[in-house]
Amino acid sequence: MTPAVALARLGRAVLGALAAVGRVAIFAGSIVGHLFRPPFYPREFAQQLLQIGWLSLPVVGLTALFTGGALALQIYAGGARFNAESVVPSIVAIGMARELGPVLGGLMVAARVASSIAAEIGTMKVTEQIDALVTLSTNPLKYLAVPRVLAATLTMPVLVAVGDAIGIMGGWLVGVTRLDFNSSTYIYNTGQFLETWDVGSGLVKGAVFGFIVALMGCYHGMNSGRGAQGVGRATKAAVVAASVLILAANYVLTEVFFSA
Amino acid sequence: MIELRGVHKAFGSNRVLQGVDLTIAKGTSMVIIGGSGTGKSVLLKCILGLVHPEQGTITLDGQDVTKGDRDAFLARFGMLFQAGALFDSLKVWENVAFRLRRGQQKLPKDQARAIALEKLARVGLGERVADLFPAELSGGMQKRVSLARAIAAAPEVIFFDEPTTGLDPIMSGVINKLIREIVTEMGVTAMTITHDMSSVRAIADNVAMLHGGVVRWTGPVAGMDRATDPYLQQFIHGRATGPIETVR
Repeated sequence: MTPAVALARLGRAVLGALAAVGRVAIFAGSIVGHLFRPPFYPREFAQQLLQIGWLSLPVVGLTALFTGGALALQIYAGGARFNAESVVPSIVAIGMARELGPVLGGLMVAARVASSIAAEIGTMKVTEQIDALVTLSTNPLKYLAVPRVLAATLTMPVLVAVGDAIGIMGGWLVGVTRLDFNSSTYIYNTGQFLETWDVGSGLVKGAVFGFIVALMGCYHGMNSGRGAQGVGRATKAAVVAASVLILAANYVLTEVFFSA
Repeated sequence: MIELRGVHKAFGSNRVLQGVDLTIAKGTSMVIIGGSGTGKSVLLKCILGLVHPEQGTITLDGQDVTKGDRDAFLARFGMLFQAGALFDSLKVWENVAFRLRRGQQKLPKDQARAIALEKLARVGLGERVADLFPAELSGGMQKRVSLARAIAAAPEVIFFDEPTTGLDPIMSGVINKLIREIVTEMGVTAMTITHDMSSVRAIADNVAMLHGGVVRWTGPVAGMDRATDPYLQQFIHGRATGPIETVR
């Protein structure tokens, strides 16, 4: 391969990537624009609150519980090297609230919700239900995407808050039963160094991650290829894109919060 | 009246429509026939604006379909999709009443449900079906529900895309009879796409055959058998030999 050919291929790949970013940005802009313009679909929104928020609670809760427990063990093991075992409750609380609660919650919701949204909308596309919506004078973006994106953006911070609480409880459980912490001391130390912004920054991350999850699910579903294979590809792309974007957004947000 | 003049549409290098000219008179039933992949569904989607042609004009009662209020334009249409395209997450009656519960002429829930039940009864489905979900119905019942949805808002034009595909001959006969009855009693303009020659004879006032991206033959259904066009004759008699390539 000559350098010119390699350069041409690289150029095409970069242009393709930029075009994809542009398409997603336009799609996201359209959704945000539709948030404030009638008609509104409160019933669909309520259904999505249930589907995305309420029904994700078990998976987010279990993830947080085990993560909190494992985190307590790891911090204890690390802290013991310089006689700092007592920091376990504080570090578990700060770690869950600032980082692990939103990120792991976001990734679990990405797996559960982005896949489900992409598969549902993709199937609607290949079975002509999207065309049917258009012929029935209903904007598919407004009817399908807006309620999902809004519901995910609003419910994800709540899921993160619940996940934080359960994760801290997981740390407490391990701390008390396995690491011989006194229960009252553990709870006192948990709250002693935890600041409002530790929790608040995690909730902001949760809202951004919720938006990303639903956006990727809707975008890939709406652009699904034909047949079962097309829907499968769309579902996979939605989960991968949502997961990578969550991790990237997490770094950017952390950098912003860190600098502020 | 629907008029298409010089309509072209290509998907990449595949030139599906290459200058379609067709007139569907108001209140008549036109059936479009043609082999698989000849662009029948694309033609229908071009009229509805779901697919945008590169060239040509399409008018409804003299008005360009690409101009004017799109919601008002679509409100004049009903459509029965090939696979029904019923919304899985909604009950049968909610599917039928979908358009009635939206837009400027939105009806209260009770009134919309009453109309949905009336339309379901018109296609031979009882109230028992109304609260089921589409996945709980057979293929024939789904087609009937889709037909009820197509007529629910009293459209002026109804499109039927392969209305009998996947149905047994008896159920196909039932759907054909229903379509013919509904088109006649509502006085609508109808356009049907089908491969099923029994549907053509049951539904059509006029027939158009699409082949090679153009309308190969058009005329009244009664003249179809007497026509000398070899493409048409091969198609309606299902012959393996003739001018239409059988391996595509």
